[in-house]
Amino acid sequence: MALLAQAAPVLETTLVQIAKALVIFAFIFAVVPLLTVLERKLIGRFQSRLGPNRVGPRGIMQPLADALKLVSKEQSAPVTAVPWMMALAPVIIVGSAVATLAIVPFGPQGAWGGDLGLYGIDVPIALLYFFAFGSLAFYAFMLGGWASGSKYSFLGAMRSAAQLISYEVAIGLSLLGVAMTAGSLSLVDIVEAQGSGDGEFGMWFIIPQFVGFLIFMVAGFAEIARAPFDLPEGDAEIVGGYNTEFGGMRFGSFLLAEYIEIISLSGVATACFLGGWHGPGPEALAPLWVLLKIFAFILVFIWIRATLPRLRYDQLMSLGWKVLLPLATLNVLITAILLVVI
Amino acid sequence: MSDTPYALSEDAIAVQRGPEPGGLGGAYRTFGATLRGLRTTLGRLAEKPPTIQYPEEKTPVYPRFRGRHKLHKFEDSDLEKCVGCSLCVAACPAECIRVVAAENTPDNQVSAGERYAAVYEINMTRCIFCGYCEVACPFDAITMGNDYEMADYERSDLIFTKEMLLAEPVERTPLRREGE
Repeated sequence: MALLAQAAPVLETTLVQIAKALVIFAFIFAVVPLLTVLERKLIGRFQSRLGPNRVGPRGIMQPLADALKLVSKEQSAPVTAVPWMMALAPVIIVGSAVATLAIVPFGPQGAWGGDLGLYGIDVPIALLYFFAFGSLAFYAFMLGGWASGSKYSFLGAMRSAAQLISYEVAIGLSLLGVAMTAGSLSLVDIVEAQGSGDGEFGMWFIIPQFVGFLIFMVAGFAEIARAPFDLPEGDAEIVGGYNTEFGGMRFGSFLLAEYIEIISLSGVATACFLGGWHGPGPEALAPLWVLLKIFAFILVFIWIRATLPRLRYDQLMSLGWKVLLPLATLNVLITAILLVVI
Repeated sequence: MSDTPYALSEDAIAVQRGPEPGGLGGAYRTFGATLRGLRTTLGRLAEKPPTIQYPEEKTPVYPRFRGRHKLHKFEDSDLEKCVGCSLCVAACPAECIRVVAAENTPDNQVSAGERYAAVYEINMTRCIFCGYCEVACPFDAITMGNDYEMADYERSDLIFTKEMLLAEPVERTPLRREGE
């Protein structure tokens, strides 16, 4: 009994952690299907079409039909494939995408009473964590492409890896400016640094770090392989890529992960550049502001996808190495100099 | 235009060129085009899509649209106008009409003339909807209607018999109003 009482605080925090994880997980999995239908409807409207409108009222049940189709499909693999690795790749990509969500802060500690922090975890190295899981995601691309045992899948995987590695550098440097200004790698601290603290006027980092923001957005599009950087998929001209041999829900997992990555990237961008939970109104409204900002980012993602054509491979590489990388380095240098001088 | 080595005639047109690739001009070209593209798609978002949801919603046709044929009867006596003269058969470039004529008798008066069409078939898989049959007919017995939804699963179902051609179409095709 005494042992239990001793363990109670630890047990309680553990339970709170589990509850938080479940809430975030459930929320995301409720939002992702809506996101897919929103994207298809919006792209339709952007292109003067109606978009899906057959399943349910105004096509709102379309994701249900899509999921049913994917789930009921056969899991096939070429004879040369490594089946267990093919099964592993979707797990890795969904796992890494969900793990990134844990660090997205939805509100400060104690916004909803107690010392409950409205975030999955507040890691002191949140940005590194973000990059680490971002990098893990492209192991799934590599593994999926290689384990398929098809040379086209393998070529697609190599193409994806080259792209992701190129843009990893730029996205890392773009957030360095934010980390230096805030003096912390923790997303919660970064958001706090953008608020109006002790009578101090808070400024969202999008203003001092505007170049960093643009680089982060462009490189972020490339990181999660969204249009116009969706060469890993290249559904129109280069036949899929790493996911060519995948079918059914395994293929669906890659799609699912893409949408979760959109949310998590938007969440990190919100925290780093748009002041996270800061907004007018009482502190309890914090998650609302975060969600609104994330939603705005998602709309931009969809808008860009509906507008810009896919880059050619050499254009992709030269943009990454010749434009974004020098620009990001310059941005970090100037930020560092300004921080020392001021 | 003065930097050309030769004299320009008076009707020379000044061509406006965009900035060359590379440098500041190139950056403007790239980002300017991107932003213009984004504005274009955003403009579409504000509009209503021009989609006509076909099976539920139909595009109205013009009154002179040549669709499925109709055979006509006299409205007063209910006798068929067709007298089985086979002029439409002669006029048909696709040879899709078949007429077999028979004599009217006092106790079986089908048409207003001496003879009537015992068989009147149009093979819709062959018909090119040229309307020559309508022009050739001396009694206005056959005219082109407005219906165009005639898809079917069997070729034999597309040979329209006299009864089918005499009957009103099941569903009416919307007509354009005057001046539409």
